[in-house]
Amino acid sequence: MQGLEKKIKDRASELLQSGAVDGIIGWEKGQFEYDPTPAVFTKETGLDNLCYNNFCGANLSKYLVGKITSDKKFAVLLKPCDTYSMNQLITEHRVNRSNIYIIGIGCNGHLNVEKIKAQGISGITAVSASDDHVNISTIYGDSKLAKKEILLGKCEVCRGNVHVIFDELIGEELQTPKPDDRFEMVAKLEAMTAEERFKFWQGELSRCIRCNACRNACPACTCRVCVFDNGRSGIEAKANASEFEEQMFHIIRAFHVAARCTDCGECSRVCPENIPLHLLNRKYVKDINEFYGDYQAGDIAEQRNPLVNFGDDDIEPTTVSDKGGQK
Amino acid sequence: MQEVKEFKPNIVAFCCNWCSYAGADLAGSSRLSYPAEVKIIRVPCSGRVNPMFILKAFEKGADGVIICGCHPGDCHYNTGNFYARRRMALLYSMLDFMGIEKGRTRVEWVSAAEGAKFANVMNKFTSDIIELGECVKLGDIRCKD
Repeated sequence: MQGLEKKIKDRASELLQSGAVDGIIGWEKGQFEYDPTPAVFTKETGLDNLCYNNFCGANLSKYLVGKITSDKKFAVLLKPCDTYSMNQLITEHRVNRSNIYIIGIGCNGHLNVEKIKAQGISGITAVSASDDHVNISTIYGDSKLAKKEILLGKCEVCRGNVHVIFDELIGEELQTPKPDDRFEMVAKLEAMTAEERFKFWQGELSRCIRCNACRNACPACTCRVCVFDNGRSGIEAKANASEFEEQMFHIIRAFHVAARCTDCGECSRVCPENIPLHLLNRKYVKDINEFYGDYQAGDIAEQRNPLVNFGDDDIEPTTVSDKGGQK
Repeated sequence: MQEVKEFKPNIVAFCCNWCSYAGADLAGSSRLSYPAEVKIIRVPCSGRVNPMFILKAFEKGADGVIICGCHPGDCHYNTGNFYARRRMALLYSMLDFMGIEKGRTRVEWVSAAEGAKFANVMNKFTSDIIELGECVKLGDIRCKD
């Protein structure tokens, strides 16, 4: 990881110096090892703060949406899973491809600091990861954890280390952990009774504070004015939202990205209340795969997604609701 | 003894201007009765129905929402009902996934010539909703003390 960071910095410096790009979108060192934040680097001197470590889980493709009207050229650091989102943004004309220079970087899974802290570890000073273990140095001493237990949710079901779109690749092909079945939890919920499912979602969604982080971080959610911010929609209220609105927000948020969601897991990663929001998106992914054939958003640029397409013999909604899960 | 009040459901029917809306008209002029609880909202096409409309209807107190459109292949705009079919299949599946009773939402294809079918569909749907009772779950998912 250290070597990779050095390579990225060198290349970023080259690109800025030669004037090939006007800015680099990457991660900036935080106060601690575990809180790097996305940042735009426009000066070579600032590059000292660029970092790439075990906690750079954020998907940077969304940061280019705001740059569509800019005539400046930006380089962006993307991990393999982030490139799916980039492809999707290109398909939807939400970014200007000719002004983007995509640097694909290797990834071997990112860590969730909340999961580390949940193990009772505090005062973290340094973290180094090998293929299956993570060594954590703290001010109270060192400890070693199994990597599988502290991975980000999205890395647990990693799709592999193939960049589907890039201009150049930096770094060795790192080994990603073996993926689990990503629909396991969805299938588990489907097997429950309606009452149990309702209780599950009631428990999860009642923690929602409507901070809108899930919406803001989502690389598929790119409307200029969101329906939930639109005064004329009648549902823009935030603080004084009714109970019903919370529910509606989550169904609609997931629905608006259905068939465009690349299952990157940003929604759950940024949720301050740890609500498993990705399960709603993943349910749509699973349904689409079942009803209309396997589909991966962002796999190929410029492909037509299942919701803007149709077949003569599609499943009837009534059949879906008659069949459904258990009563 | 207190009188037990009969449950009168609120039912919203989104009807396509080119088929089901005329179908409802035909049902009326043929003197076929369908429940007065059904409130018809005319839309230009079943493809116009935004998933938000359905949730919004539930928020405002609907107990059941039904969408009626032209038979697949007969859409006035050629393809609107095909898109509606895919969208609604996903939405209904999601409502079920969240534990909401699945009988509360329905899509039926009713042409302008099918007045009798319109009346039958509405009678059946209303009796199903009466069986399910009032819709409380959608408003209830967020815990209250």
